[in-house]
Amino acid sequence: MIPVGFAYVRPDSVDEVLALLVEHGEDATVLAGGHSLLPVMKLRLAVPELVVDIGRLPELSYIRVEGSADGGEVAIGAGTRHRLVESSDVLGTEVPLLAAVARTVGDPQVRHRGTMGGSLAHADPAADLPAAVLALGGTVVLRSLRGERRVPITGFYTGVFSTVREPDELVVEVRVPITGSAGWAYEKFTRRANDWAIVAVAVVDGRIGLVNMGPTPLRASTTEAALADGASIAAAAALADEATDPAADVTATKEYRRHLVRVLTRRALTTAAAGS
Amino acid sequence: MTIDTVKITIGVNGESTSADVEPRLLLAHYLRDVVGLKATNIGCDTTSCGACTVLVDGEAVKSCTVLAVQADQQSVTTMEGLSPDAEHLHPVAAAFRAEHGLQCGFCTPGMVLAAVSLLTENPAPTEREVREGLEGNLCRCTGYHNIVRAVLAAAGREAGM
Repeated sequence: MIPVGFAYVRPDSVDEVLALLVEHGEDATVLAGGHSLLPVMKLRLAVPELVVDIGRLPELSYIRVEGSADGGEVAIGAGTRHRLVESSDVLGTEVPLLAAVARTVGDPQVRHRGTMGGSLAHADPAADLPAAVLALGGTVVLRSLRGERRVPITGFYTGVFSTVREPDELVVEVRVPITGSAGWAYEKFTRRANDWAIVAVAVVDGRIGLVNMGPTPLRASTTEAALADGASIAAAAALADEATDPAADVTATKEYRRHLVRVLTRRALTTAAAGS
Repeated sequence: MTIDTVKITIGVNGESTSADVEPRLLLAHYLRDVVGLKATNIGCDTTSCGACTVLVDGEAVKSCTVLAVQADQQSVTTMEGLSPDAEHLHPVAAAFRAEHGLQCGFCTPGMVLAAVSLLTENPAPTEREVREGLEGNLCRCTGYHNIVRAVLAAAGREAGM
């Protein structure tokens, strides 16, 4: 499968990227690792006129601890590859959920190429990292020539493959609060190795993020509230499919996804409780 | 918008290669059709099977999901570049032969290069780590047992650890 022809540019700085996004608007597409974009270009579902390659910008690849008013955060450059996230000592200590979830993305070859920012910006409802960042209460940093804005992940997604990012904006960073020794778990259900999640559940510090239970990543708010009111894990997890809107596809019916999310939430909460 | 070709230079198996290419040219096609190295097989063409796995700057990637322009100024290793000649096989290739880690051979170049990348990152993997490390490579002869045994042998370890 061959993509439709396009022009290609590999700028040397984020500022050059931002200028190109202003100049070309929606005709330009940003390429980082390419493992979400190139497959849809090969299927000709995406037909950009200009591909702007940010995959080798060193200024977008970093993992660092930063202080903030309400405790520390870890800032991760949007171009940081999954392989660096999964093997990061900093994340392994400070935000172990995120390193563990990155380790479940695709397979080693995919993780050598795919990036944190790419996964978040692509907004695939079956992707692992968006729901993990949602459970963490993270923030997406968007930059354009107009300036920079920080969007809480709760307000970042607007639908399947869509976010609040404007055409002239670039996702440059994701920030997640340090969770340290707080209990966490990631339960991902697939039929085969390296498949996308049919359903997955991320739990950290009492917050629950759901993968593939609607057009966007979702919090299991009813379950979280039940736990806060003192419900047992079993009773709270039985509510995990409330206010979800899962799709039916070749891998699962809606009802099966609802069943899975209740089971996986119970498992994840049990693991997280044992680990905190 | 006119689509211009882009001049790229890629080190392939230690030798500099250069060509004017369309940006849409996949690395797998560059290696097979421009450079003329056919060991890199294209299986599924959808980032699933791993037959097209090569090393880019030492890391395993699926070359059906990388543009040749993305590998500009980088170094690529294919199966042809792994061993100097048939008498002096790379340790992983030698282990695949010794342990009969292949049947039809279609997945083998990708499997071997994925294993080389795995052992670079984790020189002493357990059997489970080998199996998880090769999850991006499919063998439809169902030869996984011998493949895992070969990778463990190349690492100086035995199956069952």
